[in-house]
Amino acid sequence: MSPNVKIKGIRDGLLITLSDGKWPSVEAALFQHIEQQADFIQGARVTLDVGNHILHAAEMGKLRDKLSEHGIVLRAILSNSPTTEKTAQSLGLGTRISKPHPEQLARPLDTTLQGEAGVLVQRTLRSGFKLTHPGHITVIGDVNPGAEIIAGGSIVVWGRLRGVVHAGAEGNEKAYVCALMLAPTQLRIAGKIAISPPQGAGPQPEVAYLQNGQVIAEPWDMKSR
Amino acid sequence: MRESVGSLMTGKVVTITSGKGGVGKTTATANLAAALALGGQKVVCVDADIGLRNLDLILGLENRIVYDLVDVVEGRCRLKQAMIRHKQLPNLFLIPAAQTRDKNAVSPSDMMRLGDDLRAEYDWILIDSPAGIERGFRNAIAPADIVIVITNPEVSAVRDADRIIGLIEAEEKGPARLVINRLNPEMVKRGEMLTPEDVIELLAITLIGVIPEDESVVIASNRGTPIALDEKNYAGQAFRNIAQRLTGQEVPFLDLERKDGFLGRISRMIGLGGKA
Repeated sequence: MSPNVKIKGIRDGLLITLSDGKWPSVEAALFQHIEQQADFIQGARVTLDVGNHILHAAEMGKLRDKLSEHGIVLRAILSNSPTTEKTAQSLGLGTRISKPHPEQLARPLDTTLQGEAGVLVQRTLRSGFKLTHPGHITVIGDVNPGAEIIAGGSIVVWGRLRGVVHAGAEGNEKAYVCALMLAPTQLRIAGKIAISPPQGAGPQPEVAYLQNGQVIAEPWDMKSR
Repeated sequence: MRESVGSLMTGKVVTITSGKGGVGKTTATANLAAALALGGQKVVCVDADIGLRNLDLILGLENRIVYDLVDVVEGRCRLKQAMIRHKQLPNLFLIPAAQTRDKNAVSPSDMMRLGDDLRAEYDWILIDSPAGIERGFRNAIAPADIVIVITNPEVSAVRDADRIIGLIEAEEKGPARLVINRLNPEMVKRGEMLTPEDVIELLAITLIGVIPEDESVVIASNRGTPIALDEKNYAGQAFRNIAQRLTGQEVPFLDLERKDGFLGRISRMIGLGGKA
């Protein structure tokens, strides 16, 4: 029986699981696998689950070097053996999937955000005006009846929204529409269409989004965002 | 009141427009012109609704037309020859529209040149715009210093007014000023008509007048004597108030929210007129 090698994607790279058997043949099977799928694996950060194998420093160091020759970074070793775990730790490798790599410790502290592309329009859109953008659209002003906004992303109106709006026009169902006064003639999100209830808008800012294929409008609540 | 002498006059060009037809542009133009002239100002009104001229009828000057706006623009007559003096108001003049041509006979630059010529000699140049958003509208607003948008308290008229205000802003002639015409106080009181507040909330421009609905406006127009010349009429008073606001005077608005009767309102309006 040839040793088994399983590869799957995990949050921070690939997890390769090795079966039991004689280590040299398992190792050979691993590299055969890697060579066969070089395109897929090349450059990957790999966590290796060696199961019950007991690996000492020399073997593990050789393994790491050979992997790096194939362009693979060995990130962690998972093992049932405390000896192997200790070896991995002595080589500076992780021993758990969830354990963040020292490099990634910085991630939660990185407070510089990239954001998403959109446009800002600082005027009231009167009847007959039309605004189209593939990203998000923010209007500082009113959107009067007869005006139209079509966005690939979400639409924010810092003012009274009474015209026609279409968020997620290219099919993005996560898009939403919010306004200080939400009373659109017609509101579309992705492929769904809704009209305002006859009693008109509430006194507070509202947001409309898609939930189970239905357009839902509700008062803006920062806590639920 | 004015201290200027003829040579250095810099009149103001006021264009009256609406988007929707039939809301009272021509009536308002005639009445504002009459009210300004009544106040001693030198006024000329220009009918820019070429092909559908009406202003001459409402001013009662139809039978005096020899030359018109297109004749002036195309150089067939001098400006003075096309100007018709009003019968009762010697400082009110009309340049009529051509009836047999269309809007393309005049260009926005022709209108700007005309506006410059008239500013030199008159205090106020009132231009009656055609309905719509096409060439005729563009001609009418090209020379404007002030644009007045007329609307009725009806959703369709307000929608078109919003459109036209957007176009005026796009032409950098804004912000326009608003006149609400044919407001029926009884219907407002019963909640059957948009209130001036409803209209202003949507259009978000400065209100300079509210004209109450009154059948005597139509009667006066048919007779060719603008209602603004009728000292006792309260719609006429509303037009005279707008004229005074244009000349920079502060005239209080009619209080339509008051719960008292119609007669009470009328007497108050006359009272205001006396003070102003």
